[in-house]
Amino acid sequence: MSEEHYLELCENPVQFENASSVNNVFFDEANKQVFAVRSGGATGVVVKGPDDKNSVAFRMDDKGEVKCIKFSIGNKILAVQRTPKSVDFISFIPDYPHLECSQECKMKNASILGFCWTNWNEIVFVTDQGIEFYQVLPDKRSLKLLKSQSVNVNWYMYCPETAVILLSTTAQGNVLQPFAFKSGTMSKMPKFEIELPVVPKPAKPNLTERDIAVATIYGQLYVMYLKHHSRTTDSPCAEVVLYQLPREGSYKKTNVLKLNTTGKFALNVVDNLVVVHHQSSQTSIIFDIKLREPDCALNVHQPVLPGRSIHPYRIPLTGLAAVPTQPPVPCELCILYETFSPACLTCAVCSPFASGYLWYLQVKLPPTVNLLQDKGKLMDFLLRRRDCKMVILSVCAQMLNGGDKGGLPVVATVFDKLNQVYKEYLEAEQTYTVATESGPSRGSAARERPVRTQAVIDQSDMYTHVLSSFSEKKDTSHKFIIAVLMEYIRSLNQVQITVQHYLYELVIKMLVQHNLFYMLHQFLQYHVLSDSKPLACLLLSLESTYPPAHQLSLDMLKRLSTANDEIVEVLLSRQQVLGALRFIRSVGGHGNISARKFLDAARQTADQMLFYTIFRFFEQRNMRLRGNPSFIPGEHCEEHVVYFKQVFGEQALMKQVTV
Amino acid sequence: MASGMQEKQYTPSLLSFFVYNPSFGSREGEEEKKILFYHPSEVEKNEKIRNVGLCEAIVQFTRTFCPTKPAKSLHTQKNRQFFFEAEDSFWIVMVVRNPMVEKPNKDGRPPTIEYQEEEILVRLNLLHLLFLFNGTFGRAMEAGGVELLMQKLDKFFYRYLQTLHLQSCDLLDVFGGIAFFPLDKMTYLKIQSFVNRVEESLSLIKYTAFLYNDQLIWSGLEQDDMRILYKYLTTSLFPRHSEPELAGRDSPLRPEVAGNLLHYGRFLTGPANLKDPEAKFRFPRIFVNTEDSYEELHLIVYKAMSAAVCFMISASVELTREFCEQLDGLVGPQLTLLASDICEQYNVNRRISGPDKEPQFKFIYFNHMNLAEKSTIHMRKTASVSLTSVHPDLMKILGDINCDFARVDEDEEIIVKAMTDYWVVGKKSDQRELYVILNQKNANLIEVNEEVKRLCATQFNNIFFLD
Repeated sequence: MSEEHYLELCENPVQFENASSVNNVFFDEANKQVFAVRSGGATGVVVKGPDDKNSVAFRMDDKGEVKCIKFSIGNKILAVQRTPKSVDFISFIPDYPHLECSQECKMKNASILGFCWTNWNEIVFVTDQGIEFYQVLPDKRSLKLLKSQSVNVNWYMYCPETAVILLSTTAQGNVLQPFAFKSGTMSKMPKFEIELPVVPKPAKPNLTERDIAVATIYGQLYVMYLKHHSRTTDSPCAEVVLYQLPREGSYKKTNVLKLNTTGKFALNVVDNLVVVHHQSSQTSIIFDIKLREPDCALNVHQPVLPGRSIHPYRIPLTGLAAVPTQPPVPCELCILYETFSPACLTCAVCSPFASGYLWYLQVKLPPTVNLLQDKGKLMDFLLRRRDCKMVILSVCAQMLNGGDKGGLPVVATVFDKLNQVYKEYLEAEQTYTVATESGPSRGSAARERPVRTQAVIDQSDMYTHVLSSFSEKKDTSHKFIIAVLMEYIRSLNQVQITVQHYLYELVIKMLVQHNLFYMLHQFLQYHVLSDSKPLACLLLSLESTYPPAHQLSLDMLKRLSTANDEIVEVLLSRQQVLGALRFIRSVGGHGNISARKFLDAARQTADQMLFYTIFRFFEQRNMRLRGNPSFIPGEHCEEHVVYFKQVFGEQALMKQVTV
Repeated sequence: MASGMQEKQYTPSLLSFFVYNPSFGSREGEEEKKILFYHPSEVEKNEKIRNVGLCEAIVQFTRTFCPTKPAKSLHTQKNRQFFFEAEDSFWIVMVVRNPMVEKPNKDGRPPTIEYQEEEILVRLNLLHLLFLFNGTFGRAMEAGGVELLMQKLDKFFYRYLQTLHLQSCDLLDVFGGIAFFPLDKMTYLKIQSFVNRVEESLSLIKYTAFLYNDQLIWSGLEQDDMRILYKYLTTSLFPRHSEPELAGRDSPLRPEVAGNLLHYGRFLTGPANLKDPEAKFRFPRIFVNTEDSYEELHLIVYKAMSAAVCFMISASVELTREFCEQLDGLVGPQLTLLASDICEQYNVNRRISGPDKEPQFKFIYFNHMNLAEKSTIHMRKTASVSLTSVHPDLMKILGDINCDFARVDEDEEIIVKAMTDYWVVGKKSDQRELYVILNQKNANLIEVNEEVKRLCATQFNNIFFLD
């Protein structure tokens, strides 16, 4: 059971002191920072982020109860809200004095609901009457209003990755107005209405911020609406409705996630997966909006995996109380269902201690392998995850080692899926190379080099981690091994990826080991094993066990058309001196060949007429090249000239024509 | 009378055909026991014994000159005898009358007969079919003694001799080669994948062979066995099935519905109709790997459109209706799809290589290494006739050149100018032979040589051909 927990908490949670009468705790989504403000800051403010870089401790004057506190991006400026009308700023720029200033909201009678940093020095105030976009000028101790918009706001939500603020408007609160911010500009995006299951009469705020979350999934901004069951419709279960908000154009209702239960839920987005925690069953389920369900209508999703609880977490005792031998205390997680934060964080409180913890949620891929039986679906799922490479390779190895029944069709599906991703990467790389080579003059903006994600499993990965050890397995039939290798080669060919030589070598090794030479012959005949010099040499070495390999090798060398020297060597080694000479002449390379090599070979045949012919050929060549039939010393043919005279007599030597 | 002056041509014909084993009747008076098969059977007993005895004597006598290579044939003015030791002490002998021309004489005198001495091409390799379907003599003897062997021989040769068409034998019969279907790598890999999948899910299948348009694409059998099986398929089984198809009878192109997939698969051996409750699930049995492991196999030939697949299953397994239905359901739809894929690819390739221009030359190519043959001379090959597009005299020249090549091991080239203004070129390079027929009236030797070089460079540029 324990190996089935596919969700876990990160190793190093952010630990903070529990909220109390003297200690206020705030969480900032944008920087993932927890602020513990003791006595209004007078006795200290401790800021902890997911890593030490983001952790700061400082003091500030107690100017009243802190309502909200956030650093700008990069911890440059601290904003503190203490009253409903104004926000105070403290500069934290290194080597700058801690200058302070304050800003009231411009709209009269408005009260500030909150604020969000969109940049290191740009901030948005959200009031119940609209939004105000400011630039902070720390050296001037003032703020400059960049833009504002008035609209009635019930509540708001901020997505830091995309710098989009979502405002809940209208009486029922179900009309959402998004605004996007980018370096000093604010743009209004099309507003949209969330369809409520029941329309209350009279109209009153019905959609609360607890039912809405914004997050980026697969690079797109989504608004997630947790739709609790309605008594009117016959579907009793809750569902999550996803609205996509593209940068350009209008919103789209894109996906519906079926939760198949009711109760209290919390949402997270981790590694582009939507994680839904269910309170009463203490389990969590995950959805992948890119995973198509074959038996569901388009874009209606069932959980990818059956619901499981998060892997139990043990809190190591630290500090003074820690005794080295004391085992870590298992903690009972209590997810804070009240305030959920989709951006990959879950807040939990550990009961035995008076402190809170904040964890990153992580998806553990190995347990998913056993939970998802359909290998094709599993591959689709894994290929979209961040740290997937080793898991995918282990799935491949396991699949081939007979762990599962499914056979070649499954193997083929998996290979095809892997190679599709591999191919897409290679193509992107190719276009990038072409674009950069064509120079910056053509391309408007410098293209970004495509990122090689872990999902790109190339041939060498497959070879090293899966195929080479698989092909050495004694208990697997060679027929299956060869079939798998051919299937991989087929799959690569299908997406036009050039197959690496070591894969061919593996196939050939298998075929040779089992004396399947005729099979090898047929593969070569249909050019399934692509031509290359190493392959041709490998074939030559097989000649003694399989004579036709000689012909196959020569054909291959011929087709390569860059291996004429090799062909000559092969023919000479078989004492086909005349053949070698004719060949080199036919390709026009006889002007600068080594005469000695040919004469040596001709001598070895002990065929005197052949020697004569070859000798005469080179005399004629010398004549043509230098106007003199004799060999020059650099050719080292003296020995052969002596032999020639000995056998055929001095007078048989070609005479230089004297004019 | 003009008609009386006409010459009469006689094609070579079979005089006799017999199988004997000298060790079966070594004692005086028991010579008849040596004879295992004799055609024509109505020949008188003593004559049979005499003929067998003569052959025995010739073989024995010639053995003294070369013990390792016994005599293969004896040429006389009237006929030729071919000797073939099929197995230890089992001899097969064929006697063929030479072709002859009968020239009528005036004044009622008997006509003069001229025997022609050119090479006769025989398809003795067809004899291997005997082994394909019956295993070796030795095994048959072990199984049921001489009686069984004689029964088997009778049964086999009765059919075989009917299909032996000596007059239409040509070079391709001598080669006994395999025509390979030209195919791109991807489609070939798809076929590989198909074969592997079928063999995996129907683990009874030991070997598979895949053909398209009567040309081989994949063989799981060893080369020697495939060569025989190929011969059987292309000269006997496929023509038998294609003739009713061509005649429009019993149209097999009636799609079967398996599940929700339409397919055109059907069995060429075994049950004609799976739905027939009376259907028999008996398949021909063949013997392969007779050299070492000696396997007896069921031969299932299954065809969808132009794609045919042979599945071979150990004969010790009894094939049932369930198995055949399973095979039909699995293979039918996939093979139908594959067949249309191949067809499409083939058409694409043909379009790329340009329109079918009638080339200036015709050729036959054969590679001894992989038995690949290619002919632009033969139009269609059936059991009874091989349709060639050139004059038989030219075919005879090809046969003569082939015989010359067989005598030497060296690479060589022979150029012949035929009577009819044709040039015939034979070329042998390593294990390959190429025969080209050129129709260039006023060409001289140099031009013909150049033309052949050009042909090699265009048609055979992907293989290593020495010139």
